[in-house]
Amino acid sequence: MRPRARLQFTTTVLAAALSLGLGSLSGCSLGGGDDAAEDHEGHEVVLVTHESFHLPEELVAQWERETGHALVVRAAGDAGSLTNKLVLTKDNPTGDVVFGIDNTFASRALDEGVFAPYTPADRPAGVERFDLPDDAGRTLTPVDNASVCVNVDTTWFADKGIAVPTTLDDLVKPAYRDLFVTPGAATSSPGMAFLLATIAEYGEAWPDYWTRLIGNGAKLTEGWSDAYEVDFTQGGGEGARPIVLSYDSSPAFTLAEDGSSTTAALLDTCFRQVEYAGVLAGAENPAGAKKLVDFLLSPEVQAALPESMYVFPVAADTPLPEDWARHAVQPTAPLSVAPEQIDANRDAWLREWSDLTTR
Amino acid sequence: MTLAGRAAARHRGVSRPLALLALAALPGAVLGVFFVLPVSGMVARGFWTDGAFDPGGVAEVLGRPRVHRVLWFTVWSASAATAIAVVLGLPAAYALHRLEFPGRRLVRAALLVPFVLPTVVVGVAFRELLGESGPLGGLGLDGTPWAILAGLVFFNAAVVIRTVGAAWEGLDSRPAEAAAALGAGPWRVFRTVTLPTLRPAIASAASVVFLFCATSFGVVLTLGGLRYASVETEIYLLTTNLLDLQAAAALSVLQIVVVVGLLLVSARLRAIPDAAVRRLPARPHRPRRSDLPQLAATALLLALVAGPIATLVAGSLRTDDGWGLAHYRALDEPGGALLVPVTDALATSLRTAVDATWMALLLGGLVALVVTRRSRGRAERRLRGLLDGFFMLPLGVSAVTLGFGFLITLDRPPLHLRDSALLVPLAQALVALPLVVRTLVPVLGGVDDRLRQAAASLGAGPARSVLTVDLPVVWRPLLAAGGFAFAASLGEFGATAFLARDEAPTLPVVIFRLIGHPGAMNYGMALAASVVLAALTAGVMLLVERLRVPSVGGF
Repeated sequence: MRPRARLQFTTTVLAAALSLGLGSLSGCSLGGGDDAAEDHEGHEVVLVTHESFHLPEELVAQWERETGHALVVRAAGDAGSLTNKLVLTKDNPTGDVVFGIDNTFASRALDEGVFAPYTPADRPAGVERFDLPDDAGRTLTPVDNASVCVNVDTTWFADKGIAVPTTLDDLVKPAYRDLFVTPGAATSSPGMAFLLATIAEYGEAWPDYWTRLIGNGAKLTEGWSDAYEVDFTQGGGEGARPIVLSYDSSPAFTLAEDGSSTTAALLDTCFRQVEYAGVLAGAENPAGAKKLVDFLLSPEVQAALPESMYVFPVAADTPLPEDWARHAVQPTAPLSVAPEQIDANRDAWLREWSDLTTR
Repeated sequence: MTLAGRAAARHRGVSRPLALLALAALPGAVLGVFFVLPVSGMVARGFWTDGAFDPGGVAEVLGRPRVHRVLWFTVWSASAATAIAVVLGLPAAYALHRLEFPGRRLVRAALLVPFVLPTVVVGVAFRELLGESGPLGGLGLDGTPWAILAGLVFFNAAVVIRTVGAAWEGLDSRPAEAAAALGAGPWRVFRTVTLPTLRPAIASAASVVFLFCATSFGVVLTLGGLRYASVETEIYLLTTNLLDLQAAAALSVLQIVVVVGLLLVSARLRAIPDAAVRRLPARPHRPRRSDLPQLAATALLLALVAGPIATLVAGSLRTDDGWGLAHYRALDEPGGALLVPVTDALATSLRTAVDATWMALLLGGLVALVVTRRSRGRAERRLRGLLDGFFMLPLGVSAVTLGFGFLITLDRPPLHLRDSALLVPLAQALVALPLVVRTLVPVLGGVDDRLRQAAASLGAGPARSVLTVDLPVVWRPLLAAGGFAFAASLGEFGATAFLARDEAPTLPVVIFRLIGHPGAMNYGMALAASVVLAALTAGVMLLVERLRVPSVGGF
């Protein structure tokens, strides 16, 4: 007897049925949405960006109508992986224009020659404040900024009758033991910004500060949402720690019923992150890419930034939403580290930081 | 068999290797293009620095003490979590597949929910439970390796239950009955009769669970409070943050070597059951006093799953003014941190999952067919074993390496695929593929061929024989595998988040976005969306359970 042969036949029939059946099912799901792109063949602008990119639909639609370009957004990962992707694909870029490179990663991308020079013709007043020192707006155009600051739950401190901390030095005092939570520098971009803030403040002595910070019960989490939403007393999960690393805009989102904010940002602890846009070298549609950079600096987009991306505009005199105007205070003199210094030392700093914080 | 049939069989015997090759060609090509090529592309970047081949640099990385620590932690945590998942999952598989009690199917479906939830959601749920101000905060587990193990077991216990349970359900009850009649106690029957028969399924489940644990990313970082690093988290850091491709390549190679070694070991442990054994599966019976330990293990697992999920549900219902459905009502409105209303994201997720499911079933079905054909000779058997392991590899390789690899290798015609809309479902299908293969292989291998011969001798044609013999055996596992793949795709986040996508984010991506922005409404909506995802998953799995017609298996 050769039973195997029949088995093989039947299983092959099964396989064929399987392929056919499943293949036909796919008809209802595959390839949706490609038709719209076909109409704009040759006028497409591909924007490479990070996962937080978002602009109101009406604004984008209006821009597409006015310029005749169709915007294709390829958004994924954070600012770090965005930069590294651009570096890896610089010989054959995945798009025409990029948004979302920040001042902590910009010099790596600039050194690698990822961008083609472009400066918008009439930049609004105030933008120059955010130019990268060496680049001075030749290739990278500032679009938005937000500062990473230590935030405190003011209601918690009022209830306990403890004075609210104000400086980085305060965080290592016994009075604030076990009260601080921050995302880690290795896994989170605000966490990295906080590490840079301490480096700006303490220089060579930053490892000593971190040893004391951890010794004083500072808690580390993977990302911002973990620290803010789970461990912070004013976060969604109502945690146990009243001091958290967050942004200068965060107090606008913790409003009590009487309209006052229950949290405050400590303005002496801030590190400013600026996000840039640039035209990619080797872009298929450089003209469209330039128009998109212009668009990002337009008064409409600048005004929409706070509510769509939770960041401040770079153009001076842009009106802010009411809650922001009242509760989101920006630092006047944030701590800073030169971009090229960050690029040269990031690896060493992160390694040393990891050794200090990993047990 | 008729003379003609015998001749036909001989003829097919000749073309057999060709037929097998043809069956293996499609999955082989897909894996070659979408896995081998991108991963080797990234690894090559690490080996060639500035155009010069520099293996010494890679070797130097492996000598770093930090790498040793990372490797040790990875192996330790994955082994411990796998052991716990098997120890708890085995009795639960018995309780849920051999006992008959009300709500059994519901429990089975519920236990599968965590497996497909995105880690970002589970991380938050777990930490709300274990964190300093959570209900279990007093245990002090937050930020310890125990929290990591709990998280890994939470995710993976279902794999053991499903895989072993399916085998257990189809187990011939007579050898155990014979042993019992000869005076063996229940424990002895289990140890000497049941366990050896279940071994292939257990080995299969354990190897999948180990790979899931060893490559888990979010759990280690979120629940370990950054104090612990695994190979996977290290590769992520090196690639996305430091752009140290040399070190990343070293770790990727290490990961692949370890995974291949493990796959070889597990393939050796895992024997495909002999199809020629006739079975008389036992009917599920009502729980007896002696079943208490098994029920207790099930209850423990259920509590482990219910705890974090209850936290999610409670959080999603808590509003500014007490309790309510405000967060759920907000799900179909655009605005705030959202590109699209959550309901649109849900639709995208469902569409993507349909694509991922048929891809995974097609590829996985073909692989399972090839792997389970009886081998002639040792070389052929070994080849099949290799093939089997080959398709498990995607589980053991970092999603980051694969994602960056797509960008640098699939960037030119004829393989200009890095921007294709199919990449996301395909990546999800690759993630689900081993699951499908592992679900189908034990079943296909266990089909008793004499049933087909009997059908044929009674005059049934091939089609009828498929309908009456194969289909009743295969359709349930096939549906289960499909449900698995569908649910896994619904919750898949790692690969999806990494691939460039258009304006159509999936549900887990939207949840990640909501949870990453301040504001009570965003947080509440993230939890509400997670509950919807969990409920949907449970619904899919319940549906699969429901499709089990009671008369099937009654022969």
